Amino acid sequence: MLNSLGREIPEYIEGIGTLEPFQGALTKLRKGWMDEPTIPAPNKAYLPHQSKLCKTLEEAIIRSNPHNGMTVSFHHHLRNGDILLVQTLTILHNMGIRDITLASSSLNECHDPILPYLQDQTVTRIFSSGIRSELGKAISMGVLDTPVVIHSHGGRVRCIHTGKIQIDLAVIPASAADCEGNATGSHGKSAFGSIGYAVIDARYAKQVIVVTDNLVDFPCIPLSISQNFIDHVVLVDSIGDASRIATGTTRITNSPMDLRIAKLAADVIEHSGFFVPGFAFQVGAGGASLAVAKFIREKMKRSGLKGSFMLGGITSYCVDMLNEGLFETIFDVQSFDAVVSNSLLNNRHHIEIPAALYANPFNCGCITNKIDVVVLGALEIDVDFNVNVITGSEGRIRGASGGHSDTASGAKLTVVVCPSFRGRIPIIKKRVHTIVTPGETVHVLVTERGICVNPAFKELEANLRNAGLNIKNIRDLEIEVDKITGIPAPLEYTDKIVGIVEYRDGTIIDVIHQLREREV
Amino acid sequence: MKPITPAQSGTFESSDVIVLIEPMPKNSGRKIEISSTVMQQFGASFQQIVSDMLDQYDMTDIHLIAKDKGALEPTIKARLETAIKRSLGQQEGTL
Repeated sequence: MLNSLGREIPEYIEGIGTLEPFQGALTKLRKGWMDEPTIPAPNKAYLPHQSKLCKTLEEAIIRSNPHNGMTVSFHHHLRNGDILLVQTLTILHNMGIRDITLASSSLNECHDPILPYLQDQTVTRIFSSGIRSELGKAISMGVLDTPVVIHSHGGRVRCIHTGKIQIDLAVIPASAADCEGNATGSHGKSAFGSIGYAVIDARYAKQVIVVTDNLVDFPCIPLSISQNFIDHVVLVDSIGDASRIATGTTRITNSPMDLRIAKLAADVIEHSGFFVPGFAFQVGAGGASLAVAKFIREKMKRSGLKGSFMLGGITSYCVDMLNEGLFETIFDVQSFDAVVSNSLLNNRHHIEIPAALYANPFNCGCITNKIDVVVLGALEIDVDFNVNVITGSEGRIRGASGGHSDTASGAKLTVVVCPSFRGRIPIIKKRVHTIVTPGETVHVLVTERGICVNPAFKELEANLRNAGLNIKNIRDLEIEVDKITGIPAPLEYTDKIVGIVEYRDGTIIDVIHQLREREV
Repeated sequence: MKPITPAQSGTFESSDVIVLIEPMPKNSGRKIEISSTVMQQFGASFQQIVSDMLDQYDMTDIHLIAKDKGALEPTIKARLETAIKRSLGQQEGTL
């Protein structure tokens, strides 16, 4: 069956179940509730003064009822410095556990060592917001029989509420924790800031292990994760590679191309009609996206305009803007550098939020709904403004859905920034390979060669034209870029589906087919 | 024509291509090695450009290596032309 964006979605996939096709960004939300039944979180019992401490991760796992077919979850706040996901799966593999569903909030390059466990069917299903590197490559080539499920950060919470992901064991690394499992990421030698993605895992997993390299006296504050959900606590030498968990501060790009795109994007924001006192703002941490914050900061200082809150993945740049009084508050679901952890710990206007509050569409209002302006990147965008952030130009899974579709659907102004081509590959397509974020939620595309406004937003286009900005029709720009790069030979795919992309409401916005790499 | 000297042009930077040429013994024809970050999408067109350019200069007994990081067509042609002219001693250059 076709979804409303014209993508062919199967009605049923073995190992996944019945699929519901995407029918529009807000269609399911208009009802005011979610029809799918939710599963209850487990109730547990502990005796007074019973110890939760385990000597090793292995001991904690043995006490957590490991079994074939289990679902194991992780958070990705340690980014590329995480070592516990690989350790946990190695322990389970060595115990002979098979047919594991891996439900990590995201997967990075540091998780490549689990590839043999996919090949030998220790891990047979994966839910994640992102997959990269060798894992992404192997999955794109069809290493798993059951397609991986790509969800957004908000969508993951819904997946857990509805039981699509039923977590048997959650392993939660924390940079500080006490003997009862009260835990945080905001201090300690391996501090990583907000632990927002793990809150739902702690609440819903049948067994929860907190792993820390910094066991502090009771109580560990702040209670980012609280003891009433934690079964076991393990003290280890290290929860990860500190140099990869958080670097000191995030630097703004000095690439002339990214800076040009960012400057144009800041001009778009300034003249959009949404750059007003009290505006709420989110930028990504990547090249051009973060650089937009630099130009917006200058514009705010010049004009004396003050905003309301910043949201999302928080960088030191956001913290600077908070400290300068440009924004009142930061809502932080994920922190990108060491300075952010300090601010999170010490500034009461810098607030740690769980993924549900950040972006879950099925509650009485996530904070993404309050965004005025969000700036997002793209691997590809098409002439209908649909955005791909999951598969690269070579057709492999190599990115992350993350909060892309969540924030785009909430913002009054969604600005996508990207170069018009990268290494000879045009980024503006007639049709993106994989849709993650639907074009109806994207207002403007900014490239170094011009600004394209989604024709559905006439008033915005008028505002930008009146400000003298160079507005191009996206179809014209697509042809212009093709002339420069030449038209790439199409990639070849088989009929086998290796991934399905869930929209935040649980409907299927696209599927990813197995890549057929041919000899050239 | 035959290259009289080893020659090089271009860089390993993104959006550029590095071209290396070395002379080969008599009657060995052409040995061409191309690698590219966009081989799947532009490999065929790249090979065509190289062989057209070598035909244009009627080159033989040549070993040509091109390592591409997504150079545009005019860049590829310019780098090839420079490397060929350098190998023929028609143009000053590195190596």
